[in-house]
Amino acid sequence: MSTFPWLTVLWATPTVGAAVVMLLPAAARTLAKWLALVVSLAALGLAAVVAVGFDPAGAQYQFVESHRWIPSFGTGYILGVDGIALALVVLTAVLLPLLIVAGWNDAAHQTGLGGRGVQAYLALTLAVEGMVFMSLVALDILLFYVFFEAMLIPMYFLIGGFGGEHRSRAAVKFLLYNLFGGLVMLAAVIGLYVVTAGSDAFESGTFDFRAIVAAVSSGEFVINPAVANFLFLGFMFAFAVKAPLWPFHRWLPDAAVQATPASAVLMMAIMDKVGTFGMLRYCLPLFPDASTYFRPLVITLAVIGIVYGAVLAIGQTDVMRLIAYTSISHFGFIILGIFVMTSQGQAGSTLYMINHGISTAALFLIAGFLVSRRGSRVIDAYGGVQKVAPVLAGTFLVAGLATLSLPGLAPFISEFLVLIGTFTRYPVIAVFAATALVLSAVYILWMYQRMMTGPVPEGFAEGERRIRDLVPRELAVVGPLIALLLVLGIYPKPALDVINPAVQHTLTTIGQSDPPPQMLPRIAEGVR
Amino acid sequence: MVTPSIEYGLLSPMLIVFGAAVAGVLVEAFLPRSARYRVQIVLALGGLVAAVVAVVLLARQLHGTPGKPAVLGSVVLDPPALFLQGTIALIGILGILLVAERQSATETAEGARGLDGFTPQASAVPGSVAEQLATKAGVMQTEVFPLTMFAIGGMLLFGAADDLLTMFIALEVLSLPLYLLCGLARRRRLLSQEASMKYFLLGAFSSGFFLYGAAMLYGYAGTLDLSGIATAVASRSPNTPLALIGIALLLVGVLFKVGAVPFHSWIPDVYQGAPTAITAFMAAATKIAAFGAMLRIFYVALPQLRDDWRPVLWAIAILTMVVGTVTAVTQTDVKRMLAYSAVAHSGFILTGVIAANPAGVSSTLFYLFAYGFSTLGAFAVVGLVRNATGEEATGMAQWAGLGRRYPIVGVVFSLFLLAFAGIPLTSGFVSKFAVFKAAGEGGAIPLVIIGVVASAVAAYFYVRVIVLMFFTDPPEDAPEVVIPSGLTTAVITVTAAVTFALGALPQPLLDLANDAQTFLR
Repeated sequence: MSTFPWLTVLWATPTVGAAVVMLLPAAARTLAKWLALVVSLAALGLAAVVAVGFDPAGAQYQFVESHRWIPSFGTGYILGVDGIALALVVLTAVLLPLLIVAGWNDAAHQTGLGGRGVQAYLALTLAVEGMVFMSLVALDILLFYVFFEAMLIPMYFLIGGFGGEHRSRAAVKFLLYNLFGGLVMLAAVIGLYVVTAGSDAFESGTFDFRAIVAAVSSGEFVINPAVANFLFLGFMFAFAVKAPLWPFHRWLPDAAVQATPASAVLMMAIMDKVGTFGMLRYCLPLFPDASTYFRPLVITLAVIGIVYGAVLAIGQTDVMRLIAYTSISHFGFIILGIFVMTSQGQAGSTLYMINHGISTAALFLIAGFLVSRRGSRVIDAYGGVQKVAPVLAGTFLVAGLATLSLPGLAPFISEFLVLIGTFTRYPVIAVFAATALVLSAVYILWMYQRMMTGPVPEGFAEGERRIRDLVPRELAVVGPLIALLLVLGIYPKPALDVINPAVQHTLTTIGQSDPPPQMLPRIAEGVR
Repeated sequence: MVTPSIEYGLLSPMLIVFGAAVAGVLVEAFLPRSARYRVQIVLALGGLVAAVVAVVLLARQLHGTPGKPAVLGSVVLDPPALFLQGTIALIGILGILLVAERQSATETAEGARGLDGFTPQASAVPGSVAEQLATKAGVMQTEVFPLTMFAIGGMLLFGAADDLLTMFIALEVLSLPLYLLCGLARRRRLLSQEASMKYFLLGAFSSGFFLYGAAMLYGYAGTLDLSGIATAVASRSPNTPLALIGIALLLVGVLFKVGAVPFHSWIPDVYQGAPTAITAFMAAATKIAAFGAMLRIFYVALPQLRDDWRPVLWAIAILTMVVGTVTAVTQTDVKRMLAYSAVAHSGFILTGVIAANPAGVSSTLFYLFAYGFSTLGAFAVVGLVRNATGEEATGMAQWAGLGRRYPIVGVVFSLFLLAFAGIPLTSGFVSKFAVFKAAGEGGAIPLVIIGVVASAVAAYFYVRVIVLMFFTDPPEDAPEVVIPSGLTTAVITVTAAVTFALGALPQPLLDLANDAQTFLR
């Protein structure tokens, strides 16, 4: 059992599934959809096996596999999961079947591509899942980088091929922003290789993550501080564009609005998490001193992003764009939690990644169901939906309350942890971040009031284009998400049990620990 | 005088190719027209396959040794030379397959089919009655086969030549047939002839510079032999300015062939005007041969003058990467865009040459192999898109929506474009990573940064074509994709497979390139 390559099978399943779906004949659309669903459920099963087999009290990295890949570049095929990666793997595996069901009919109107639009859509979605898995479980920096970049291509085709009116421009913006970030990171990756090659701590240049981190934290591998700062910035730039961190966020609203709802959720809830994961997994342990040096800058940008995203969300007239801006605000929280370098902050941040994934998925998908009924994304075009479609409105309300971190729903725990974690080190920053709680209440509740309450306009209740309530397929998508939000809101222990040890390991590796509690608003530096 | 010894075994790849070329000329002279096509293809392909086999056998025979000189030291078969010869022979096979593509039967009357890319009678004035008669008769100008074989033979020699005069001869042998081949396009004959003329004039000039530089170096070192020059440099002969002038003139000749700025102005016009099969072959093989010779000159003859030639190459590499990328952004013709991107790639490969360490050699060799295959495939795909009159439709506006109407063509071309852009999981990423890594280790970090930024800018125009193909509606007079015969299909399949395979599992080729990193001195 322990020598079975579970992680290889995990990422290979959706990838091979994507190839098979693509090769199905053009007429076999329904078969393609069901096959894709089965593949994603198989991946969920595999992720469950890995999650159950993971021992939170055991070694930091488990299910490790190591093989030759490109020895000339010092890179090997090394896979392994720690608690943080496992949490995101489970999130991805849980969301994908729901996204496939949610996007069941999204590709139907796509002409061209030889009539295989549906196959292409599903194959691209599964390909993104496979590449995300690989990025999360890779323990070799070049292997991570290859799939971090490669996942942009199927995502780009998903946005540009199946989206709304201005999808082409949004897709190009997405691709070029992220490619540029990735290329800057390439320079840093090469720089890291050159530095390891020139150091006495390694016999030759290497990309083995565990080896480099061990050498860094033991003090064997010393990088010139200026060089380390540049390398940190190179890595950070790519992750900041991906995550996104303000001010590199400008590609996100367009891409989220123009893509189909399921693809947009795939992008925001899953793919962008690889960016924040990269910050936590790569930037901090590889360059702890540089991280500490740039910590004030990143935290400032994160807080600006939190407030900026929230304020802009309030003023939106397009419901999808509004949710996209709330995402920017939430990502600010996640990055804040990572860079305060306290155990609550990082644990909260990792949990936030999961909770944000679920709540944004729920919110965006339900909004997508509503939009698909009337064809308009404009908030003012709706009203009184709760009278004609009470289940839709109800689930939308729950998802919205989750987004504003109502206690009892999952995101409250994570937001609370992040704020506590921030307050122990940067009290003033925590106060600013907490204003987002008020702002999020404004944007969610006002949106709900405009769209769901009030008088019912003409044509909503009766007639051809009346708004129907959620059909069973949509309930099958929304139900599990709401259930997860409730369960994780009351009993987050299973997730935290896995995350906390991993966070402790990370903090020990980078030599930070929680500041001693104090009431004076002074900035306490970490103890080494 | 001692009778010189000719090591036929060591020279066998070149002798086979030249022999096939000469036999091809005889076939042209003596065989009836109807039989020539089949015989020429068999001869050309057979010769090239035999050459590949010969290279492999030689490589196994010389494995572990630093290599052997031949013909009184004018040719040397060391690991890099064998790698280059093998690559050029493989590219040559694919090139011949593209050249051999025949017209689809619907285009000519009476079922007669000429060569798809080549005019039936080169000597006929464009637009004259003679040309029309020849086209109608479905005449096939099969001389292109021996011409291509001569060019391949010259390229095989260029990378293995160990003294400057042999190098010059090889340069001429590879160039003259190419000048001719560029003028033989079937359609837009005047454009093709103009391209050929341009290439010939500029090429003749640059060969002249090369020869002049060789003469200067002879004056400096007293010998044309590369190792002899190295000895003269090492012994600090007092006439270093003479050597520097010689190197500069030599560089002009080689950089012209490679297409580096500021000697790149021929590339867009010639790539656009030449028959697409020749463009594909030329873009891949000439670059490989020229860079091979450049590596040999700088690593065998002039390593001691590193501090003098490295700054010059730095400047040229930066200029090439920047100018190639920036100019390509504004192009509206697909072939010209690929031509300028070829210029940019020359700049990237130059960073590998500048590294001046063994990793620089192996990374450059890997890049040449991977890039050769992708560029051959890309031009092969470009040659398939035709408008209603059968002419190639290379304007970007006409390519809109092509990916939607012909998904396979769109996907394959996108694969090549992504490989050029250096997206991971394609051979282009591994090549760029290898050269940048070598440059980084060689202390050329600013070059790496500029290379990365240039790649980012280049990504823009590659992605633009993909957007055009997949996400834009087709225009009114949309071109068709001609379904080619098995020859072109085989070429495109092989090159696409290689591009993808080298992206995922490059280690075998990297091992080969690493073994091939030391020159014989």
